Amino acid sequence: MATYSTSELKKGLKIQLDGDPYLLVECNFVKPGKGQAMYKCRLKNLIKGTTIDRTWKSGESVEAADVTEIESQFLYRQGENFVFMDTQSYEQYELTPDQVGDAWKYLQDAMICNMVLYNNNPITVTTPNHVVLKIEYCEPAARGNTATGLTKPVKVETGAEILCPAFVEMGELIRVDTRTGEYIERVKE
Amino acid sequence: MLRRRAELLGQLRTFFADRGFLEVETPVLSADTVVDVHLDPFEVHDGDAVFYLQTSPEFGMKRLLASVADDNDRDADAPTAIYQVSRVFRRDERGPLHNPEFTMVEWYRVGDNLAAGMSLLGELAATLLPFGPAERVSYADAFAEHAGVDAHRASVAALRNTAERRGINVSAGLGDDRDAWLDLLLVELVAPHLGAECPTILFDYPASQAALAVTRDSDPSVAERFELYVRGIELANGYHELTDADELRRRNHENNAKRAALGKPPLPEMSRLLDAMEAGLPPCCGCALGFDRLLMLAIGARSIDEVIALPFDRA
Repeated sequence: MATYSTSELKKGLKIQLDGDPYLLVECNFVKPGKGQAMYKCRLKNLIKGTTIDRTWKSGESVEAADVTEIESQFLYRQGENFVFMDTQSYEQYELTPDQVGDAWKYLQDAMICNMVLYNNNPITVTTPNHVVLKIEYCEPAARGNTATGLTKPVKVETGAEILCPAFVEMGELIRVDTRTGEYIERVKE
Repeated sequence: MLRRRAELLGQLRTFFADRGFLEVETPVLSADTVVDVHLDPFEVHDGDAVFYLQTSPEFGMKRLLASVADDNDRDADAPTAIYQVSRVFRRDERGPLHNPEFTMVEWYRVGDNLAAGMSLLGELAATLLPFGPAERVSYADAFAEHAGVDAHRASVAALRNTAERRGINVSAGLGDDRDAWLDLLLVELVAPHLGAECPTILFDYPASQAALAVTRDSDPSVAERFELYVRGIELANGYHELTDADELRRRNHENNAKRAALGKPPLPEMSRLLDAMEAGLPPCCGCALGFDRLLMLAIGARSIDEVIALPFDRA
């Protein structure tokens, strides 16, 4: 079984704990000057979606999660659900809104995503870190108002709302960081 | 930040100059190193010889003080109060409060006892940080208040129960290491409250965590060691210094045995510091302060990377 040493622990790692796969969402190194070094971590259960805290002593080994990651392409929506295809085997997977999580906000036709399988069942899907989305609707930009710090909610092509600077206009393309959900910049067509 | 760093360094030097301390420099690279269970020095190899990047300038500075005590070599002008701003190195220490290479300010004053050592540290905190005068809390009182345990007498099982009861989910790895359980409770339950209102000096550590401090004659379960906490951050560590060479030899040996049990390489038990202590280290107090963390607190930074121009990952 693959293991990680505590010094390899970092955000985004998937580990096996008490029989379930977990995603490491936060990892902090703590050490009293002359004392035992420890890693204080926050983990998300990839099946139940619950979050727990766990502390490891430095030097321990941690079991890697028994998951496989595949490249998958988003095909279409089927009612509430989302259909993806393994780009290698062409096998199709139907994911529930719960499994997709926040990724729905950024999903565009034919987008290539990372999918995590546990016992051959999809548990999560991750979009590219940066995506370009078209603004479907927003309040008109206030003329001459380019001051930083002023924002407005903007509805993009996927139906999601993104907080953008006040100067963006309907029909424009924007780049969004999918990890934080934040607007990065305007993109020229 | 760079400007603020330089200013703070200037204020610090003024603080020590005003009190008659002499700034000194000792080797960063030495065949000797502090033998501590949880400090891992970087090794530098020169042919067959092994040298260590210092984890603190402690050995060199104590040797300077010992030379003062040596009657044959006594210099009328020899300093009895010294400080150093030094670059120090510790392997595998990386996080929001840790960079493997960092700046340490260390000082010693001959003749100081525990109380004098703590008041000097308190003055420094009050002078360089905007959080008012320092308060003092004993290790035992802090544990009683925030963890509800007797830090000097509770069994490993009692410490483990406390952790479980307070919802600390810890892996099996701490085992029966009593000091590791104390460290866990310190980090999780006690330290976050220390220095919340004003700088807090935690003192009278368990003798098992004496490091290079003397244990108290009237109560050998207590080490005359103290630490400064501000806003939950450990900022400085001080000792009423151990001057007994035989006792240091014994602790070095014990620490190497503990290192071996953890699968860590041994560190040299014999050192030039031991020779100097045989010759006579005068009674003194010493203290080491993390300068990067001091700057973090002075400017309200959340990560040590904000106060170091080129942190380790980009060094």
